[in-house]
Amino acid sequence: MSEHIVSVRVYITIFLVLLVGTALTVWAAFVDFPFGLNTIIAMTIAVTKATFVVLYFMHVRYSSRLIWVILGSAFFWMAILFAFTFADYVTRHRLSTGM
Amino acid sequence: MEQQREAGTLGMWVFLVTEIMFFGGMFLAYTLYRTSFPAAFASASNHLDITLGAVNTGVLILSSFTMAMAVYFTQVGKSRPQILCLVLTLILGLTFLGIKAVEYHSKYTDRLIPGHVIPGAEFGPAVAHEGDTDPHKLHLLEGATLPQVEMFYWIYFAMTGMHALHMIIGAGLLTYLIIFAMKGRFDPEYHSPVEVIGLYWHFVDIVWIFLFPLLYLLGRHLLEHH
Repeated sequence: MSEHIVSVRVYITIFLVLLVGTALTVWAAFVDFPFGLNTIIAMTIAVTKATFVVLYFMHVRYSSRLIWVILGSAFFWMAILFAFTFADYVTRHRLSTGM
Repeated sequence: MEQQREAGTLGMWVFLVTEIMFFGGMFLAYTLYRTSFPAAFASASNHLDITLGAVNTGVLILSSFTMAMAVYFTQVGKSRPQILCLVLTLILGLTFLGIKAVEYHSKYTDRLIPGHVIPGAEFGPAVAHEGDTDPHKLHLLEGATLPQVEMFYWIYFAMTGMHALHMIIGAGLLTYLIIFAMKGRFDPEYHSPVEVIGLYWHFVDIVWIFLFPLLYLLGRHLLEHH
């Protein structure tokens, strides 16, 4: 597998997408969305920006399956970290009300 | 040669996985305390300088772009633009750190450094009363207490401080790249250091992409609209 060279046009496009994403997240922060949507919107924009950086600036889109698996393992462990911790925290009050 | 290049990139990715988990622990702490003290976190966040934060986000994104271009010019064997892009990346990285230092200083003068880290300037911000618009005073939303705000600033300094440390290390790595690029050590055949340090630089950019909305933007929509 030879090295893939990403074109300048792609890099410029990603750069502009990231700038628009930053402007969008600042704008959205001042709007009072219902149902606590502000955090969800901010995180959706951040995840989208990060995905563009990983896929294009970091060349993952053109990398081997091995890189995908290694990156995937990071998210897998992060998911465990958050899921297990919050499984504890959000259920703690049940103990105290039960006693 | 191809296998060597792949192995180098792979090694950097494994290191970045450990970095994701390292920062992941701090993001977990942030999430836990924010869900515990939502009003205090929003109040403390609103005190941060959104303009400087947003400008720094732009600076870092631009530096990621120039880093990607440095990798590109190395791959196609154009030495002068390669060195130019590396120098620009370094300058933008230092600009980010400079702006961060200005922000840290204003937190120091507003007495927002948590605990007793700095002798004679322990945590103790002035709290604004109803109708007071002094930007140096802390505007507490209903339900927020000062110890909870202090918790936000512990997390703020831990996370932005670790991020800044990564930037300083990145600046050192870029200096090394610039020196060796000027010696003509990288060409389309061999340029793993440029590519691998590029991966590290983009990773540090991604951490900031999350830190900016989580630290600076979480309570703005709760402010009174004029």
